[in-house]
Amino acid sequence: MSEFEIKTVTGETITPQALKEEMLKIYPAKTKRKREKQILSNDPELPPEIGANTRTIPGIITQRGCTYAGCKGVVLGPIHDIVHITHGPIGCAFYSWLSRRNLAKPVNKGDTNYLQYCMSTDMQEEEIVFGGEKKLAQACREAYALFKPRAIAIYSTCPVGLIGDDVHAVARKMSEELGINVCGFSCEGYKGVSQSAGHHIANNGVFKHMVGKLDMTHDNPFSINVLGEYNIGGDAWEIDTLLRKCGIHVVSTLSGDVNYDQVCSSHTANLNVVMCHRSINYMAQMMETKFGIPWFKVNFIGAAATAKSLRKIGQFFGDKGLIDRIEEVIAAEMAALAPIQKDVTSRTKGKKVALFVGGSRAHHYQDLFSDIGMETISAGYEFAHRDDYEGRAVLPTIKIDADSRNIEEIHVEADPQRYNPRKSPEQIAALEAGGFTFRDYDGMMKQMKKNSLVIDDISHHEMEKLIAICKPDVICSGIKDKFVIEKLGVPCKQLHSYDYGGPYAAFTGAANFYKEIDRLTSTKVWKFVVPPWKQNPELQATMAFGKAAAAEDLTPKRSMKAKNVEPAEEA
Amino acid sequence: MRKVAIYGKGGIGKSTTTQNTVAGLVEMGKKVMVVGCDPKADSTRLLLGGLAQRSVLDTLREEGEDVELTDIRSPGYCGSLCVESGGPEPGVGCAGRGIITSINMLEQLGAYNESEKLDYVFYDVLGDVVCGGFAMPIRENKAEEIYIVCSGEMMAMYAANNISKGILKFAQTGKVRLGGLICNSRKVDNEREMIEQFAKMLGTQMIHFVPRHNDVQRAEINRKTVIEWNPQAEQADEYRTLARAIDGNDMFVIPKPLAISELEKLLMDFGLAEV
Repeated sequence: MSEFEIKTVTGETITPQALKEEMLKIYPAKTKRKREKQILSNDPELPPEIGANTRTIPGIITQRGCTYAGCKGVVLGPIHDIVHITHGPIGCAFYSWLSRRNLAKPVNKGDTNYLQYCMSTDMQEEEIVFGGEKKLAQACREAYALFKPRAIAIYSTCPVGLIGDDVHAVARKMSEELGINVCGFSCEGYKGVSQSAGHHIANNGVFKHMVGKLDMTHDNPFSINVLGEYNIGGDAWEIDTLLRKCGIHVVSTLSGDVNYDQVCSSHTANLNVVMCHRSINYMAQMMETKFGIPWFKVNFIGAAATAKSLRKIGQFFGDKGLIDRIEEVIAAEMAALAPIQKDVTSRTKGKKVALFVGGSRAHHYQDLFSDIGMETISAGYEFAHRDDYEGRAVLPTIKIDADSRNIEEIHVEADPQRYNPRKSPEQIAALEAGGFTFRDYDGMMKQMKKNSLVIDDISHHEMEKLIAICKPDVICSGIKDKFVIEKLGVPCKQLHSYDYGGPYAAFTGAANFYKEIDRLTSTKVWKFVVPPWKQNPELQATMAFGKAAAAEDLTPKRSMKAKNVEPAEEA
Repeated sequence: MRKVAIYGKGGIGKSTTTQNTVAGLVEMGKKVMVVGCDPKADSTRLLLGGLAQRSVLDTLREEGEDVELTDIRSPGYCGSLCVESGGPEPGVGCAGRGIITSINMLEQLGAYNESEKLDYVFYDVLGDVVCGGFAMPIRENKAEEIYIVCSGEMMAMYAANNISKGILKFAQTGKVRLGGLICNSRKVDNEREMIEQFAKMLGTQMIHFVPRHNDVQRAEINRKTVIEWNPQAEQADEYRTLARAIDGNDMFVIPKPLAISELEKLLMDFGLAEV
C-alpha cells in the first residue's frame, strides 16, 4: 500500500509541515509560537505532544463555546423531565434553547418533556445591583407551581459569578421549601478555556446530586449505561434499538432522551460504555470508584466501529447466548447495510474529508468515512484535551493549569453499602490477559494516518488556508464556520446539530450518513455557484442619505479592497 | 459648574471632609450638590442632620422608573443639595453598577441642567478605585477634578498613589485632572512635609493640611458639620480655608504615580527623620 499523502488542489503532494507553515506564516511571532504547538504532523506510532485545552488567542476566531454551553447546553440540557432555569440576562437562555437538536420523547404515561420550554430569570439591572438571589428563588417557585417537575437545575451565567449570587444556597433553600431536588451549577461562561470546563462541572453536579438517589434492580443482567450520548437527531434511539435487539438493557443514557429517574438509578447498571470521552469520562471514573461499575470506550458511529463495540460488550459479559445474538444482529444489520455502503462507496471512494469538531466527534466520524472509502486528510477537536488526541496513557503527564484548577475536583470514595465490583479481580485479569482493555481511550491520533495534519482549536484563517490549498471534498464542522466553508465552495456537514438530519449512529444511522455524504459530495451544485466578485470585482453603491449625494452622484466608487470612505460633503 | 470627586483610602475621612468643605462653600454663597457614591448612604448625614434620606436606588426599586428629582434629592445645610446613590447590602449584587445607574438617573432627571444653576457637584466615592463602577465618576467625565484625601500613614499614601494611577489612565482619554491632596492629619511624624513632598512628586500640590481636632467628632455626634455646629471654632476656619483653596484652585494636572520603591523611600526618609 502506498504512503498516505496530502494533495493540493492541483494534485501535487504537500507535506503536512509545508501546509502548517502556510497556515502559520501570517501570524505575529507570539501567536505563531502558540499555534505551532497545536498544529502537528501526525505519527500514529508515537503521537507527538499537542497543545490542547489551552486558552484561545483573542481575535483568532475560534469555534469554541463557553462553560455555560458545556454544562447546560451539552450535558444537562437533554434531561427532559426536569426544569432548567438559566440564571442571568435573557440572551444565554434564549440562544441555548433547542439549538442543539437533542431530541426527547417521553414514553410512559404521565411523563413530561420540558425541552421545548426556555426558562430564565431574565436578570435586569436591578438584580445586577442588588443581587439576583430573590428573583431566582421566585423563579424556582413559579416553575414548580406551573410544572411540578421532578427536579430543577439552575445554571449560573457570567454576571452571576461577577456579582457573587450564591446559587447553591438558593438551591438548598428551594429544595427544602419545594420538597424536590433543586441543584445549582456554577458554570459561568468565563470559567474555563472552552465548554470543556462546563462538562466537568456538570459531571460533578449530576454525580453529587442525582446519581445514586434511586435504587432498583434489573431482571436483565446485561444492563448498561451509555455515557456521553446526547441523542442529537435521534442517535440514542438507534443505539437503544440496536442494543435491545442484542438483548442488552440500557438503564440510562447520559444524557440523551433521559429522564430524572433514569439518571438517579444509573448506578444500578452493570457496565458503563463511554461514547464521548471528553464530556463524560469524569462520570465513568467516579461511578467506578463509588459503585464499582467498570467502564470502557465504545463508538457506535460507523458500521465497523459499531460492530466492534457490540462485540466488546459481548466479551465483557462473557455470555455465550449474548455473544451469539450479537453476531446474529451484526450479520443481519451488515447484510442490510452492505448494498447501500457498496453503492455509495463507488462514488465516494478516494474522496477527501477534514473534520474539526467537538471533543470526540472529529474522531468518531472518521470511522464512518472510512466505511465508504474516504480519507481524512486533517482533523482536530474544538475543546478536547491531550488524552483525547494522544490517548489516556498521557494522563499522568498532563500539566494542570490555572484554568483547570478553577473547577472543583470532588473526592469520591467507595460507597460503604452499595459498592459492588461487577467483575472480580480474577475475572478482570482473565479478560485483560486476552487483550481486553478497561478505562481505555487511545485517542484520535493513533487512528489517523501518518503525515495527516492534526489541528487543535482551528481558526478561520487556518480553515481558509486548508481549503485554498487542499480543497477537501467535504468538511465536518459546526455552525460558526459552516457558511464560511460553503462560501468557499466546499460542502459542510455540521456534526453538532447534524444540520437538519440524523440519526447517524449504529447501522441504520450509518446508512443515513452514507447517503448524506453521497448527496453532499456528488452534487454538481457547487460548480454552478459563481460568487459575485468573480464576475464583477468592483461594487458600486450610492449613499442612501444626503440629497446632493443622490442627485449628483458624488458618492465615491468603492472597490472591495477600498477602505471605508467618508461620505462626500454636500456641495 | 465644577465637577469634583473626592477619593481616598477607606476610613480616611472623605465624607467628613467633603461635607465640612461643602459647608464652607455654601457659606460663601455657592450652590453645591453632593452625590454620595457609597452603598452605606452616609455621605450626606452631616449636611442633612441625619440619615433621613431615601437613596436613588431604593427609590428606583420602590417607585419604578417614575421618579421625580425631589424624590431623591433633599435640601441640606444652607441650601446645599444632597443625593445618596445607595446600593445593595454588603456581600450581594454590584454596588459599582449601582453608582452608574444612579448617576444616569440624576442626569436623566436634569439634576445637572443649566437651570439648576449649580456651581459645584461633589462626588464622594467609596474607598479605592476598586472596580469599573467606582471609577465611573472619573471614567465618564462626570467628575473633572479629583481631590485625594490622605494622611501620612503608609496605607493612605499607597491608596492615594493607586488612585493617581486610575486618574492617569482616564486622563489620557478624558478631561479628568488631579486638583491636589487634602491631608487629613493623623498626627504622624513630619506629616505636613512628607505629604507636601509626596504631592510634589505626584506633580500636584497639598491643597490644605487639615489638623486633627476633636471638634470634628463633637460636631458629628450632633449630626452637623463643624461650621454649622460651632461657626466660631478654629476647625471651622480650617474648612473655610480649604473651601477657598478649592474655589481658587487653578492647578489641575495629570498625576505621575510613584513606583513602589520611590514611595517606600519617601516613607523611610520622612518617617525615620528626627522630629
